[in-house]
Amino acid sequence: MKRSAIAFWGSAALFLAFMLLTTQLITNEYPFFAGYVILQFIVLSVAWSILGGYAGYVNFGTSAFFGVGVYTAILLFKAADAPLFVQIAAAAVVGALLGFAVGLLTLRMQGIFFSIATIALTIVIETTVTNWRFLGGAAGIQIQRPPVMAPFHSYVQMLVFVQALLVVIAVAIARYIQNSWIGRGLQALRDDELAAECTGVPTLRLKMVACVISGALMCAAGAPAAMYLQYADPASAFNLNYSVSVLAMALIGGTAHWIGPVIGAILLGVTQQLLAVTISSEVNVLVLGVMLVLFVVAAPEGIIGLFRKRRRAEGKT
Amino acid sequence: MDLLLDAVVTGVLLGCFYAAVSIGLSVSFGLLDVPHVAHPAFLVLASYGVYFLNDSYDIDPLLAGLLITPLLFVFGLVAYRLYYETFERRGSDAGVRGIAFFFGVAFIIEVLLILHFGVDQRSVTASYIGKSWRFGDMRIPLRLMVAFAVAAVLTLLLSVYLSRTFMGRAIRAVAQDEEAVRLMGANPVRIKQWAFGIATAVLGIAGALLIIVAPVEPTLDRAYIGRTFCVVVMAGLGSMTGTLIAAIILGVSETIVLTTFGASWAPAISFALLLGILAVRPQGLLGRRS
Repeated sequence: MKRSAIAFWGSAALFLAFMLLTTQLITNEYPFFAGYVILQFIVLSVAWSILGGYAGYVNFGTSAFFGVGVYTAILLFKAADAPLFVQIAAAAVVGALLGFAVGLLTLRMQGIFFSIATIALTIVIETTVTNWRFLGGAAGIQIQRPPVMAPFHSYVQMLVFVQALLVVIAVAIARYIQNSWIGRGLQALRDDELAAECTGVPTLRLKMVACVISGALMCAAGAPAAMYLQYADPASAFNLNYSVSVLAMALIGGTAHWIGPVIGAILLGVTQQLLAVTISSEVNVLVLGVMLVLFVVAAPEGIIGLFRKRRRAEGKT
Repeated sequence: MDLLLDAVVTGVLLGCFYAAVSIGLSVSFGLLDVPHVAHPAFLVLASYGVYFLNDSYDIDPLLAGLLITPLLFVFGLVAYRLYYETFERRGSDAGVRGIAFFFGVAFIIEVLLILHFGVDQRSVTASYIGKSWRFGDMRIPLRLMVAFAVAAVLTLLLSVYLSRTFMGRAIRAVAQDEEAVRLMGANPVRIKQWAFGIATAVLGIAGALLIIVAPVEPTLDRAYIGRTFCVVVMAGLGSMTGTLIAAIILGVSETIVLTTFGASWAPAISFALLLGILAVRPQGLLGRRS
């Protein structure tokens, strides 16, 4: 193992141990409610960045994958009383299949056409779920959480730990892709798709792989949300705000390295949690929009871009 | 059968209205290649401007739409300048960040509207709203007839402007070959800025029609992302005649699905049509390029 790999897995293990410890020591539930949302956004933005960052395909379908994850979990729970682990695994599989279908349908398009097509898919899926009586339709559906499993004291704490596990899985996958030939191929096709194709990069296949992996992770991140909220309705599960939040987090953090979306999600996620508590959720969206516009205009490479620039400047002097 | 005829007639009227709200996008996205996702948000913003004038000064909505048109024109000029300086001039990666930029702008407009006007639906008052005409068994709301007439005039005027006037032809020239325009000694950026201004100015009337046809709310722009982009892509980028035809197709499909399957399927129609077109015939009905 290389030294960087040891450092990565070491810190991942530390992170999980820390999360497990907090679930045992802290009894106040609120930090977990807030922490869950932030962890969920880390998974989503890391997953988004696999297709949106490395390959440069701006996916606005995050809310589609997220919502399908939520409703897969609900469907399994309602129909078969499936445990949480099965719900997440099934959501990942459904997400991968959906990613494959989306890829087949849309990845031949480029630029804004791809983005618009992904929005379109979101709305089509949302409308289908809205018209699906078994899943509650437009009015939404309520579910009862099953009893919590040891060693956790409350269900939310367990969900936080599960989501932390998903964070580690998502980051590990993103890191692997970034350092392997897949990531290099994706970067090549982002810079110039035609040139990449001509030099023998299997562009379509790589994009499909990225879309499938990204979709599976997004759906998996959405699955526990059903149990977290104990309620789901199509309008909020498929809300476009998820897509734009996740996109903003990834772009603000920077998409050249897997740490970018993580930083962006933590920064924006914490800000939003604070704003939602102190002011209101509308201001929340306003801050999101303003930060997105500011970063896209003033710091196109995101936060990690700013750091790199500074390091380069220091290196020169 | 009567129901179907009813749906088709309403659909055609509705389609002309969709053409009016999409024609600005047909210029900004279709001709200028600006990924203008905030177009529907600008549209809703214009509607609220009309609402404000109608509510506080009792001005007729259509007149109010005309009154805010110059304001919108300047707004469009500024918006394009900003977009050009930050994205097009720097060149690379403009697509990805451009879309993100316009989405951010759309969100900001949405929230500002919510903070100022609240989330309630708003509507305007005018003598022609609430009445309807009878043709035999058919009843057509007068507001839809007004929207239809104004939309038809607006679409016609804009397509005449683009094909007959000097500036209109210059805009189409930029769309066809920017480099060639530059070589002829014209400044393509100024032409594009002007065109973007026109595309935004048209939203004054379009916004008035939007609030005449139905009440508006701040997040209404999300539904219109689908409708406007569906129309523009189906039309074939930048074709004005195509815009009208595509909008009518969308209007008729919406009313037919509405009467046969129910209103809950309505939001998906434009998006499904859009997906189908992107998959089958991406160059649109009357495309300007392959």
